[in-house]
Amino acid sequence: MADLRVNIAGLELVNPVLTASGTFGYGIEYQDFIDLSQLGGIIVKGTTLQPREGNPYPRMAETAQGMLNCVGLQNKGVDYFCKQIYPQIKDIKTNMIVNVSGNSPEDYAECAARINELDCIPAIELNISCPNVKHGGMAFGTTTEGASSVVKAVREAYGKTLIVKLSPNVTSVTDIALAVQDAGADAVSLINTLMGMAIDIEKRKRVLSIGTGGLSGPCIKPVALRMVYQVAHAVRVPVIGLGGISNAKDAIEFLLAGASAIEIGTANFLDPTVSVKVAKGIDEYLEKHGFKSVNEIVGLCE
Amino acid sequence: MRKYVLDLQVTSVEQPGERYLLLDATNPAGPLPEMNPGQFAQLRIDDNKDTFLRRPISLHHVDYEKNEVSFLVQKVGKGTASLWQKRPGSTLNAILPLGRGFTMPTSAEQKFLLVGGGVGIAPLLFMGEAMLKMGVRPTFLLGARSKSDLIRLDAYRALGEVYVTTEDGSEGEKGFVTQHSVLQREKFDNISVCGPKPMMMAMACYAKQVGTKCEVSLENMMACGLGACLCCVEDTKDGNVCVCKEGPVFDVEKLKW
Repeated sequence: MADLRVNIAGLELVNPVLTASGTFGYGIEYQDFIDLSQLGGIIVKGTTLQPREGNPYPRMAETAQGMLNCVGLQNKGVDYFCKQIYPQIKDIKTNMIVNVSGNSPEDYAECAARINELDCIPAIELNISCPNVKHGGMAFGTTTEGASSVVKAVREAYGKTLIVKLSPNVTSVTDIALAVQDAGADAVSLINTLMGMAIDIEKRKRVLSIGTGGLSGPCIKPVALRMVYQVAHAVRVPVIGLGGISNAKDAIEFLLAGASAIEIGTANFLDPTVSVKVAKGIDEYLEKHGFKSVNEIVGLCE
Repeated sequence: MRKYVLDLQVTSVEQPGERYLLLDATNPAGPLPEMNPGQFAQLRIDDNKDTFLRRPISLHHVDYEKNEVSFLVQKVGKGTASLWQKRPGSTLNAILPLGRGFTMPTSAEQKFLLVGGGVGIAPLLFMGEAMLKMGVRPTFLLGARSKSDLIRLDAYRALGEVYVTTEDGSEGEKGFVTQHSVLQREKFDNISVCGPKPMMMAMACYAKQVGTKCEVSLENMMACGLGACLCCVEDTKDGNVCVCKEGPVFDVEKLKW
């Protein structure tokens, strides 16, 4: 067996496979299917300072090799998370990472400060790229100034590993990546969903309740891979790649492109056991090609 | 209840009606897990370029002795249509059992009315069988557009009394289930409903008028089926809740209908 361990800005992962926020609940939804300790980490559902009801139904539309969603960050707020959810997940033997979102830099910072107090949460993933909320979310992630302002505010309030999740709905993702790096991010993860739309031709109406939604699934993988490659070649901080990864081959492509770790999202819906299969597949690839450690293949593709 | 991802093996494929498919499947790896009426499975749709996600299908019948689970599927879109390609021996990958099912009677004296419309009759067979095992005879009220959409009636008649309505009057009483005369004649302790939303809303309205407890099974579009993605939410008196996890069966008192 090859050495699958990776280190993301001080965060030790048993392997480079994490599960993406919004696709894996709080991890507990999947523990009937897999041993969660076999994952590098779990990024739990987006959490905000105040509770959010999210967007009305319908929130989902199936597409060719993917899906659109406009869930809109439904969650019961950081207080509920700390009091009710955290006790249920704190003993899960993997890195439990909280995805944090907000309406303003102050919101983000306060939410992050609350999570900073939780011993068993070693990192947060800052969501400056949700396309499904009116205020905040992607609004911060699409300009260098906006992204920088949120990351600076959170950096002051948060002492542990700070991952910033980037939006693909921008002209230059590397500019945003460099801005958040300069503002104090320890790592970046990309990509969040691509903004899309579906129309019901019989009703002659847009399918999703708010009209647009975020596209995910295998259909976005080439776009994600290109962006990960570009960002990995531009920044110093570690890059976590995601976007349509459905099997070990997809994951290895992202590692070769320069990602130090990867996240699996929508593929969890098709196969709840896919994440551990991907970790196993990466190991088999490394063995087959004589690599001793997964770190040897990170960024190996010129 | 513990959930499983299983590679089931199809043992029988029947077409009880033009637009309906009855799939029986066994679990070659071991005994099927315990399942409750009203729960569902997420069936994987293989090799279909037009669809992507699994399809939530209710549990129609479970035979623990034969180690078989059955699904009654209506051809609705391309996902369900591709299940028509299944043959005996085919693999049917399923995540099950999912969700919260129907409330079952707590004593043999309770009178339960099981109301189904169209393919919504599917979970009521499993429920009727489970009731009979408890010594409670179910009463069914089944509605369809016309006689050709009334499927597997014999299976329901083997369990209890069956009342029927069709919209065109080709079988049973003409009209909707809510207009059936049995509702004027008899009083029930509980009404369990599965069918098209307007029908369920009408039954819920009737149940409220007569003061009977009523549960309905919702079928909001789902992605994960596990309560992880929050796509299939219903706006209830407790806020947006996942139909796949808190439902699909809800007490109508919890809904904003």
